Amino acid sequence: MSGTRLVDESLFFDPPGTPPDGVRLAGGECGGCATTTFPAQDSCPRCGAVGMERVPLPREGRLWAFTVQNFEPKPPYRSSGPFVPYGVGYVDLGPVLVESRLTENDPARLRTGQAMRLCLVPVFTDEDGVQVLTYAFGRVDEGER
Amino acid sequence: MSVDGVAVVGVGIHRFGRIEGVSGRGMGAHAVREALADAGLAWEDVQCAFGGSYSSGDADSLVSDLGLTGVPFVNVANGCGTGGSALLAARNAILSGQCDTAVAVGFDKHPPGAFNEDPANLGLGAWYGQTGMMLTTQFFAMKIQRYMSEYGISHATLSRVAAKAFRNGSLNPYAWRRTPLSVEQIAAAPMINYPLTQYMFCSPGEGAVALVLTRADRAGEFPAPPVYLRAVEFRSRRFGSFEVYSPWLSPQRAEGPTVEAARAAFEAAGIGPEEIDVAQVQDTESGAEIMHMAETGLCAHGEQEQLIAQGATEIGGRLPVNTDGGVLANGEPIGASGLRQVHEVVLQLRGSAGRRQVPSGPRTGFTHVYGAPGISVCTVLSR
Repeated sequence: MSGTRLVDESLFFDPPGTPPDGVRLAGGECGGCATTTFPAQDSCPRCGAVGMERVPLPREGRLWAFTVQNFEPKPPYRSSGPFVPYGVGYVDLGPVLVESRLTENDPARLRTGQAMRLCLVPVFTDEDGVQVLTYAFGRVDEGER
Repeated sequence: MSVDGVAVVGVGIHRFGRIEGVSGRGMGAHAVREALADAGLAWEDVQCAFGGSYSSGDADSLVSDLGLTGVPFVNVANGCGTGGSALLAARNAILSGQCDTAVAVGFDKHPPGAFNEDPANLGLGAWYGQTGMMLTTQFFAMKIQRYMSEYGISHATLSRVAAKAFRNGSLNPYAWRRTPLSVEQIAAAPMINYPLTQYMFCSPGEGAVALVLTRADRAGEFPAPPVYLRAVEFRSRRFGSFEVYSPWLSPQRAEGPTVEAARAAFEAAGIGPEEIDVAQVQDTESGAEIMHMAETGLCAHGEQEQLIAQGATEIGGRLPVNTDGGVLANGEPIGASGLRQVHEVVLQLRGSAGRRQVPSGPRTGFTHVYGAPGISVCTVLSR
């Protein structure tokens, strides 16, 4: 078997099969205090209100903080093939800062405040051969990968 | 609390590191026996006990080794705050009149390598672990990366903090890492999570610490000079603070639990951060020591760069920090870590810290732990 799947569909606003350049992350927005969470959740961590609305998050933002994961994590981390260091950062999307993998893994090519754009990246392959995708952010000045 | 309601009259430690053939519980029992001997007490004199471990079993099972005396023994579990929570509970038991003499104990024995927590334990989806984001090391790296750009902290300062830790550890017979490393060796070590190299991170390890506490008005009856627990305060995170294991942050920034716990502890003690003679702060990695120095109020944000370059945080400096080598040199057995800090301050205030003794005759001390999922416990102690 082959093909792809999203690591967790609830992270995404748009249905599976949406072209990668159209995919948006799903946040939760509180009708009471306008707090936005990621992922979406049922109750508001700020005011305690229940019944948050699922909303699409902006696809572009600014890098707020970053690091590079240089050692292979233990399970529950899943991987396929040899370990390749990956970037991790917080991207400020306006209503919320989202923690994300970064497509860039060279810290010399990352800086706080850099413009970033959402994309999908393969993270591991299921036993049946299906490639599993998650969200990541890449540098806007590099264009789409 | 009344200002000087509770005193530490006994301290015991099992050396930290990797110890073949001794269980975590065995180390815990050893630490309790040492603390009782220090206080001149027997286990049957203990009227209340509080303790915890993260991966070495239930602390209350220590009664099988120490004696089945019927003592109420409460298990405590607050991650890296476990020791601090045990101390808080012991203090409260004495202040409430439940007992006159209590023991707080913490021990642990972790396998090598970074902790691999199950995201479900923190209410996070499996994806967070599967995609490689469930790592405490990433949080500390990102926090110091941003902090360095905001406050002008240099990469060299990160190395200096680690070099101090191993230098102090080399003077501490209970420490794990007792070989000094140069600033150059630390800077050139493999990068773990940018900007932090291998020697800038602590490792999960093994060890145990126990304290005997009693009413302050009885403290003079014990063999060792009493050290008074002037405050112990615990805070969890508020909305808007930047904490470990956070898939998202609010654009609205709030002070973290360290700031609030430290402020509350200084207020309760009636002692200000500028009056502290020796401090132990959570140094999960060298950036954490730098940031926590300012978050606790011991210095201003950005001031660390100069303080550390000038040697102010060395044992002979103006503000000695992590005199026993901290978590960097001792490793982190989660249950024991917070109590190790108090153990070190007690020795320093007694003047019995041996080769690592702060020379100026310190009268006041401070401890701070930070842990997942955004908690902090701080204490203020004095002679």
